[in-house]
Amino acid sequence: MSALAQSGTLHFALIGTPNSGKTALFNALTGSRQKVANYPGVTVERKSGELKTPGGRTVNLIDLPGTYSLRARSPDEEVTRDVVLGRFATEATPDLLLCVADSTNLRLALRLVLELKRIGLPLLLVLNMIDIAKHRGIEFDLQRMSAELGVPVITAAAVRRGGTDELLRRLDDLAQAASGTPAANSWAPPSSTELRTAQREADRIIATTVKRPAEPDTVTSRLDKVLLHPVAGLIILLAILFVMFQAVFAWARPLMDLIQAGFDALGAFAHETLPPGILQSFIENGVISGVGSVLVFLPQILILFLFILLLEDLGYMARAAFLMDRIMGGAGLHGRAFIPLLSSFACAIPGIMATRVIDNPRDRLTTILVAPLMTCSARIPVYTLIISAFIPDRTVWGFASQQGLVMFGLYAAGIFSALGVSALAKFLFWRESPTPPFMLELPDYKMPRVRSVLMGLYTRAKMFLYRAGTTIFSMMVLIWFLASFPRPPEGATQPAIDYSIAAWIGHALEPLLAPIGFNWQISVALIPGMAAREVAVAALGTVYAIEGGKEAAAQIGEALAQHWTLATALALLAWYIFAPQCASTLAVIKRETGSWKWMAVTFGYMLALAYIAAFITYNAAVALGAG
Amino acid sequence: MSEAVRLALGLAHRGFRGRIAAIDVPAKSSDLSPAELERRLVELGFIEGAEVEILHEGLIGRDPIAVRVDGATVAIRRREAMAILVS
Repeated sequence: MSALAQSGTLHFALIGTPNSGKTALFNALTGSRQKVANYPGVTVERKSGELKTPGGRTVNLIDLPGTYSLRARSPDEEVTRDVVLGRFATEATPDLLLCVADSTNLRLALRLVLELKRIGLPLLLVLNMIDIAKHRGIEFDLQRMSAELGVPVITAAAVRRGGTDELLRRLDDLAQAASGTPAANSWAPPSSTELRTAQREADRIIATTVKRPAEPDTVTSRLDKVLLHPVAGLIILLAILFVMFQAVFAWARPLMDLIQAGFDALGAFAHETLPPGILQSFIENGVISGVGSVLVFLPQILILFLFILLLEDLGYMARAAFLMDRIMGGAGLHGRAFIPLLSSFACAIPGIMATRVIDNPRDRLTTILVAPLMTCSARIPVYTLIISAFIPDRTVWGFASQQGLVMFGLYAAGIFSALGVSALAKFLFWRESPTPPFMLELPDYKMPRVRSVLMGLYTRAKMFLYRAGTTIFSMMVLIWFLASFPRPPEGATQPAIDYSIAAWIGHALEPLLAPIGFNWQISVALIPGMAAREVAVAALGTVYAIEGGKEAAAQIGEALAQHWTLATALALLAWYIFAPQCASTLAVIKRETGSWKWMAVTFGYMLALAYIAAFITYNAAVALGAG
Repeated sequence: MSEAVRLALGLAHRGFRGRIAAIDVPAKSSDLSPAELERRLVELGFIEGAEVEILHEGLIGRDPIAVRVDGATVAIRRREAMAILVS
């Protein structure tokens, strides 16, 4: 029974080996009419989109995770296998499979085609990147290839304008063919002998239908001589990462300040325009600052993903993993975890989103778990405030600033704990399962295409704003609610927050937090501080009844120096290295892992580490006479 | 094919060129089962008769290696490359 007869909409699926340009083809065919979500119950990204054939038929196209075989060695590949075999409960069985192949590298793709034929579904081989292959002087006998494979073959150049015209023209005939009853499915997981036989057959077909010039791609081999050089390659990688880190950290700053200033001005405008009261507070502190707190991350996310997409499309990402494999492997992390972790120094949110470059789900999850331990820029205001209030500004060892040393120590503590936690996670969660071997293709370098990169950026931005944005926003409103209700009574003398639910919670938590040296004011400030770490500074100002918020940092520092002991200050610093004090990060973890469980695990382990670290710091400091 | 000297690709140095003589996975050579590792190697194009060349090596312990296999380049750790016998 065909889907055509049922609904008029056809279901086509794109399948192919990694680096086949499958996603570029998907982008070219569906344009901006695509949806990105997760498959239910797994952390695998589901990309689908609609297109109209020239004949006016609607086709729903799904971009399946890349795979070398249907044997399914990872959750991603299981999705591919189950969708293709029609076993996936929430997916329609495809009416047609489009197997995408890199024309310059056909060996593994043709073997996959031979395997896919056994499923019995209508199948089409798309020789993608045909422009590059022709440029290199590779010639194809398409008719013969099609006859040998028993599958129609069409060429395409997804990144070129008009490069998919022929494919689109053929889609109508294919749609007609797809309406027939599929042949019987005779697929079974191939044994290594069957894989060999199929590979030999694929090699034979290539030998008879493809004519290559003697020289392989010289640009790639020349570039690799430098970029994969054991020493020069690492230096270049570090330089690239340095520029990227600078960009995320520094270039985004003016834009972020602009967004912040815009929302502050909007808030001030709302404050002046609306009558004082609950509506004014909700619009100003709930809605406007809530939306602002989402949008303020956008510049960093866009800049980071611009770099990632460029490096990925260029073919450099696999090389970076090659260079970093042994270095990161020591800590139980994947070579590709380097970029997300580095980005997390700016902000864990783009960092966690960047873990998508890690295709092994286990490695990706470990990286997500430890990313929030990297000292993000939001901790800096808290650190600076406490350090300048409590740590004497003097020079030690003749050259080093003592305040700078403490700052450095806080960063180092973050990095080492991240390595420790990743090693521990490996031991706790994945002791049973084998370490996946590091085996990956290094694709030829290709010039990234502006359209493809922009499309990727647009998808990421949209996803961040829709999915993470809604969660972050609702958490902001919740925190506003906790800090604002109930309202202070008439003639109240204390700051409004002292009468709120946040204050109740703060007081209730005080006995728990007393052993680590926190007073009730700190406990109360920690709750709005969940919105974002730097908000805690303003919140401390509020509970100590200092007007002027963040601008009054110097005054807050003086007030803290009067009210707190050194032991308390040090304990709060230790707390902030670890504490899961960021609702947005937790929201993104929930979104990226598709599960509350890992959000809870992150929250729990970070809270435990924060408490233990603060407890040890406080008691050691008291014992040393700093109480 | 001439049965000259068989060598594990995992022991070869940068610049080595040869043909795959056999895929022979010793037990305990990887965290994967021998059968699974063999299938993964075959899926990446490592089959008997394929031409291989070691193009690059990593910094620490000359590991991993980048291997040219019949026109494509594959990165692999020396540990797994021990199963690829070349001549």
